[in-house]
Amino acid sequence: MTYEFLQHYWCFIVSLLGALLVFLLFVQGANSMIFALGKTSQERRLLINSTGRKWEFTFTTLVTFGGAFFASFPLFYSTSFGGAYWLWMLILFSFVLQAVSYEFQNKLGNFLGPKTFQYFLVFNGIMGPLLLGGAVATFFEGSNFIVEKGNLINSQLSTVNPQLELTPVISHWANASHGLDALLNPWVLIFGLAVLYLSRVLGTLYIKNNIDDDVIRRRANYQLVASAVIFVVLFVAYLVHLMMKDGYAYDESGLIMMEPYKYLNNALDMWYLSLVLLIGVVLVLYGIIKEVYPVTLHPSPITSNGIWYAGIGTVLTVLPLLLLSAWNNTAYYPSTADLQSSLTIENSCSSYFTLNTMFWVSLLVPFVLAYIVYAWRKIDSRKIDRAEIANDDHAY
Amino acid sequence: MTNLLLNIDAGTIDWSRAQFALTAIYHWLFVPLTLGLAVIMGIAETFYYKKRTAFWKKTAQFWQRLFGVNFAMGVATGIILEFEFGTNWSNYSWFVGDIFGAPLAVEGIVAFFMESTFVAVMFFGWKKVSAGFHLASTWLTGLGATISAWWILVANAWMQYPVGCEFNPDTMRNEMTSFLEVALSPFAIDKFCHTVISSWIIGAVFVCAVCGWYLLKKRETELAIESLKIAAVVGFVAAMGAGATGHKSGQTVAQVQPMKLAAMEALYDGGNEMGLKIIEGVEVPYGLSMMATNTIDGFVPGINDLLNGYKKADGSWEPSVNEKMERGRSAIQSLAEYRRLKAEGASEEALSPHLSVLKENYQYFGYGYVKDANDVVPSVFINFWAFRVMVGLGCLFIAFFGLMLLLVFRVPLLSVITRRLLSAFGLMDERHSDGWQMADSVPRWLCWASILLLPMAYICSESGWLVAEFGRQPWTIQDMLPTWAAVSDLQSSSVMITFFLFLILFTTMLAVEINILLKQIKKGPSL
Repeated sequence: MTYEFLQHYWCFIVSLLGALLVFLLFVQGANSMIFALGKTSQERRLLINSTGRKWEFTFTTLVTFGGAFFASFPLFYSTSFGGAYWLWMLILFSFVLQAVSYEFQNKLGNFLGPKTFQYFLVFNGIMGPLLLGGAVATFFEGSNFIVEKGNLINSQLSTVNPQLELTPVISHWANASHGLDALLNPWVLIFGLAVLYLSRVLGTLYIKNNIDDDVIRRRANYQLVASAVIFVVLFVAYLVHLMMKDGYAYDESGLIMMEPYKYLNNALDMWYLSLVLLIGVVLVLYGIIKEVYPVTLHPSPITSNGIWYAGIGTVLTVLPLLLLSAWNNTAYYPSTADLQSSLTIENSCSSYFTLNTMFWVSLLVPFVLAYIVYAWRKIDSRKIDRAEIANDDHAY
Repeated sequence: MTNLLLNIDAGTIDWSRAQFALTAIYHWLFVPLTLGLAVIMGIAETFYYKKRTAFWKKTAQFWQRLFGVNFAMGVATGIILEFEFGTNWSNYSWFVGDIFGAPLAVEGIVAFFMESTFVAVMFFGWKKVSAGFHLASTWLTGLGATISAWWILVANAWMQYPVGCEFNPDTMRNEMTSFLEVALSPFAIDKFCHTVISSWIIGAVFVCAVCGWYLLKKRETELAIESLKIAAVVGFVAAMGAGATGHKSGQTVAQVQPMKLAAMEALYDGGNEMGLKIIEGVEVPYGLSMMATNTIDGFVPGINDLLNGYKKADGSWEPSVNEKMERGRSAIQSLAEYRRLKAEGASEEALSPHLSVLKENYQYFGYGYVKDANDVVPSVFINFWAFRVMVGLGCLFIAFFGLMLLLVFRVPLLSVITRRLLSAFGLMDERHSDGWQMADSVPRWLCWASILLLPMAYICSESGWLVAEFGRQPWTIQDMLPTWAAVSDLQSSSVMITFFLFLILFTTMLAVEINILLKQIKKGPSL
């Protein structure tokens, strides 16, 4: 295996994890609508118990996404996490709130009351997808950072002259907002909102599939239509913007330069990614339309499987989108402060030895996916209804 | 290329350390109970699988409910720790990310998915999967948590004893050369064994405390006695195991982190035939020499020896800290020169001398960032007392679980002798000393002791963390990178705000968790 192959392979694995994470944000999407879908405490319990059986998959995928990114592209990990401090801290904070909310909200002894934790779930349901979407958008829009590896040695000036206390830190954010500046870029916001509304689409589809309750399913239909319209408008707007905008390219020497229509060029050069993206979009739309159209004729369908079409479609849409930002000599984490500081899969990756070692570890992924699917099917063998929640000794 | 050099903000370093310590200390409140309870609930469910009685099902489900309340907080605090390496220690993440990132990724792929998938089956699968599949899921949940601990401790051990890597002057970072050396480092194996086994003590003490309370209240007697039996066995094995693995860890520390050992012993001036201090003025003769070198007259260096240099057992000379600082600066300066010449297109011959100097002195690279030799001495007070609290309480737990074993099991001869001795000293009702009514086998004072020992178990566990982590200060990576060269470029005010945000959040959630646990225990195993 060549070093170049391994760089592309790990970019693919990290993008795949990212795509799976966006699909699994259906947990957040559904949670963002707890109070809209569940008007009574019993209905909210149904909803929380439904997403409560899946939240760990989203959480674990987020952690693995972070770990895989760290192992394969450590310079991104140090530059983005250390630089866009507040953006990542807000994301983490919202996921910490979510992690405890399921277990605590309905337990005897919860002196903060169930609603406190339900609001935490809503907070994570909105902020999680919005901010993660915003973070992904910076792969196209750029961030305000500078990388200077020489600082590790230049700081030696301070030992020659003790009056000079200089930091040897190599990555700096070039403004004081530490990541919040990204949210001032309207295109970052549009992409973040698109991810939020996609998660709400997926959330309603999941709820319709997983909960056997006519009232909740009917409300989910209204939310599905509204979220789907907003998502499609935002997504198409961003896609058009992306294809029209200049991008960050690099040549064989690693020199980074602006290239007009870079992402459009990538989409044409890597036509197979565009094809996958197109299939993904069609599947997402089919998953939505399939659920919306018959429901107007039959208010409460017995089975609902739009989540699988839309879910697979989401993975097939996000995966090529992320690869468009990094393959074909593209800087995937562009710097708006210093063009040459931009990160590429070549200048930010781990050594050949580490990527190669981790390649063999990654072969375990299909096995892991297999047991997850098996366990998921076992747990979902029967749809959740009010009777099950009432009799379940571990219901949230 | 833009060259941006900024002033070090001392507050950023301190707040970053404080935030990481806060997260780690909170994380370490929940994880040991997860690891310990996993074993106990696994054994309880195994009994259910064998006997298929309602009692064992109820018992297993009860401990699983308490496990679930605690589990969520472990997960919540864990994610922060992983990402803090990037957010607060970004320079570290680049400098050694090529090595350090791998265990974290493996943990996610191999362990964390196993844990989170099967914990869902354990909680929600009682009526949906077979008893065998459910039992397997319960054990796989514990196994996933334990494998997770393995990879995290591999990562932590590597920071204390960096192996299997080489510095690359072109990429300006350390790169992995042997995954096996990293994953199977002797330091990692010792750390894993000692940490995981000591976690079982917390699980066992927790179960003893809950059961002790039930016995005091004269309720759930069968559950309490049967669970006490499991906890007594697990606890005794764990306490003995923690002692053995602790001794092994101490020997490894003596070899690779002599400054930590010196701080743990408050040993300023080393020597041969060194005694092991119990407290200041009371010591076990030859104990420290024996522990560190396996000989009664072995030389153990003190803090002053390590600062000023000393002659080692093999006759070689260990340089003073000032000399190490000089050599560290040489390494950094030769690296700077190498990069300058390389950028100018110099030949291999021109570059070679600088590479040689760098290679010769690289083992002291981190000392190049040190300005005062005394900065490499960790807090003696914290290390000395934390070590004693940990060992002292560890010995107490051996005695506690040993006594509990003899009371809840009929160990030939020993159980009778123990009961009669307790009776003779007025510590057990005479009527119960010869009888085998299980409900009366644990005297009331021991029930109270079980409850009071629970906070002691946590203090013991956190003391172990203090020794491990304060003892290696100021190094994020031993001898390679001090904290002030590992930190992110942030304003101290930003880190201070997130520190207090996490402090408030974690403390509130801890209070909620404790209250929920107490209510669950009070409610008992009934649904």
